[in-house]
Amino acid sequence: MSVLVDAATRVICQGFTGAQGRLHTEESIAYGTRMVAGITPGKGGQILLGLPVFDRVQQAVDATGADASVIYVPAPFAKDAILEAAAAGIKLIVCITEGVPVLDMLLVKASLDARGVRLIGPNCPGVITPGECKLGIMPGDIHLPGRVGIVSRSGTLTYEAVKQTTDLGFGQSSCVGIGGDPVPGSNFIDILGMFEQDPATEAIVMVGEIGGSAEDEAASFIKTSVTKPVVAYIAGVTAPPGKRMGHAGAIIASGKGTADEKFASLEAAGVATVKSLADIGARLQEVTAWA
Amino acid sequence: MSPISGVKLSGTSSALIGTDYPLDQAMNLHEYQAKQLFAEYGLPVSRGLAVDTADAALAATKDLGGERWVLKVQIHAGGRGKAGGVRLVTSADEIRAFAAQHLGANLVTAQTDAEGQPVNKIYVETCVDIARELYLGAVIDRASRRVIFMASTEGGVEIETVAENTPEKIVQVLLDPLIGASPYQGRELAFQLGLEGKQINQFAELFMRLARLFHECDLSLLEINPLIVTTEGDMHCLDAKVSIDGNALYRQKKLAAMRDRSQEDSRENQASDFNLNYVALEGNIGCMVNGAGLAMGTMDLVKLHGGAPANFLDVGGGATKEAVTEAFKIVLSDQAVRAVLINIFGGIVQCDIIAEGIIGAVKEVGVKLPVVVRFEGNQAEAGLAKLAASDVNIIAATGLTDAVQQVIKAAGDA
Repeated sequence: MSVLVDAATRVICQGFTGAQGRLHTEESIAYGTRMVAGITPGKGGQILLGLPVFDRVQQAVDATGADASVIYVPAPFAKDAILEAAAAGIKLIVCITEGVPVLDMLLVKASLDARGVRLIGPNCPGVITPGECKLGIMPGDIHLPGRVGIVSRSGTLTYEAVKQTTDLGFGQSSCVGIGGDPVPGSNFIDILGMFEQDPATEAIVMVGEIGGSAEDEAASFIKTSVTKPVVAYIAGVTAPPGKRMGHAGAIIASGKGTADEKFASLEAAGVATVKSLADIGARLQEVTAWA
Repeated sequence: MSPISGVKLSGTSSALIGTDYPLDQAMNLHEYQAKQLFAEYGLPVSRGLAVDTADAALAATKDLGGERWVLKVQIHAGGRGKAGGVRLVTSADEIRAFAAQHLGANLVTAQTDAEGQPVNKIYVETCVDIARELYLGAVIDRASRRVIFMASTEGGVEIETVAENTPEKIVQVLLDPLIGASPYQGRELAFQLGLEGKQINQFAELFMRLARLFHECDLSLLEINPLIVTTEGDMHCLDAKVSIDGNALYRQKKLAAMRDRSQEDSRENQASDFNLNYVALEGNIGCMVNGAGLAMGTMDLVKLHGGAPANFLDVGGGATKEAVTEAFKIVLSDQAVRAVLINIFGGIVQCDIIAEGIIGAVKEVGVKLPVVVRFEGNQAEAGLAKLAASDVNIIAATGLTDAVQQVIKAAGDA
């Protein structure tokens, strides 16, 4: 079991014939992901990496029964690509693209919520269920099928958590990068709820960062609705206020959204926190008493 | 500071799209530019002219007519009034004195750093008489995923202070992204602010125009503080503050052309020109990391082990030799730096390619300081082997904690 994706997930790639789309689709195929088609408007009819290329998402869905899409189109076209996938009946959309205007995301999020479509990202590494399905740009080889669910706002910090849980032999049920934007398609609580329901997930690692209040909302949610052990790390204790730290969403605005506040919320909710990102695996071992 | 003045809801340099626009921060407009935009949207603003010499300021007062004018220095920071950057003037002598004092100088306010912001322009404006001061602002509310308009009866006061002390004085409405603004929402705010008569419809009209401006211009922040009722009983925008979503500049070319680099941090700009994200801090350990989250986490780890990070620097997912070289130059331009920590978790990037970049950069830039490198992930061993085989002096770390401890030690020894 897993969340969001598994070996049966039939995946299409939007922005397939671009450099990023092609590169990462090739990696996904090598990882064993069931890639079924690619989309690039105007390039329909070609075959690339052994996959049919379609002009429109609807054609690809009709021909292949695809149920998930991973998007690598440039930022100016991301809104359109997401809405096209949703209109074609795709129920899981993973948008890797960085730099999507925030007003586009407000509209996309409202529209997808109304349709019941799940969006992960944008500005994220993607989603992986180790050994089964990889939608995104994460390095597959650091993962190990296992029992920890990982959810994170940061790509490379996810990799750190993955490596530590792999090195300890725990492995991961699924890893979800929700992305570093101020208005993400999915938030911590969406994914925490899925991990709570997923029988394969025995414990959860949550990696947050400064900016916004998603971690505080997660803390409240964990307190009322998560029974599995959670280890949380928040990046940005040393970040100065008013400065955007790389991610569009990572900013302490008018003194709100500091790492200290978030740590405090999580600790008040009974979540095990770590102040050093090197200690995620060790803390997990401590709270689960896994050998 | 307004809640919103610290907000840099901004874009980021994209690995997926090449662009001419600097995307890594929200772009602020000067007041005179924001008011020009307001005027284009039919919003009630005073007539004014932006000038850069004392003579031009005098000429501007003649063009505008009247006997009293307000002179306002144009900088990307609030708190100008209290810092002496806004003055009511009635004579040529006063105008010359104000221009001589400020043009070419820096103005330090409560919202700037100790150096202040350079004053290159003064905005000369006609006067209006104030009966009442209000506050009106709009920003993107992350929790509700809506544009939120906030208003308060405490005009001229920072909204943050109002929120802290008298939150009941702040009224707000949320815009449904699929519907947009409706006049009733403007009337709701107007009634709650205690406006009356013709002001109700004036305010609702103002609200609708601002909502349109916010969306059409991809704003991340909009603030009018104060929004006033004149002695004639009309609504009037006395100030105007606007920030534009950096991610949207590709489709806001007219606004992008208004960018004033003199108001921005030069090292941050230099970094953004190379698709690097850099933020200066106070410490002495230079950091170079791939990924924004890991870059923050690395700084935190330095602090946790008793060191002090000198900067945040994300070299990004597609770090090239050129980017690494440039990153070194930027990190080393900070004279406080005593040692450099490079922390790379190879996902897309291959550590062996980064290693070549580091070796080349150390030679080209002539790095004399200790450099500690931690590689993990994609081609990490090959990268470390390349560093070991080279003749540059680099300390290879065995892990994250080891790397941080080594660099702190090196900074102390250096």
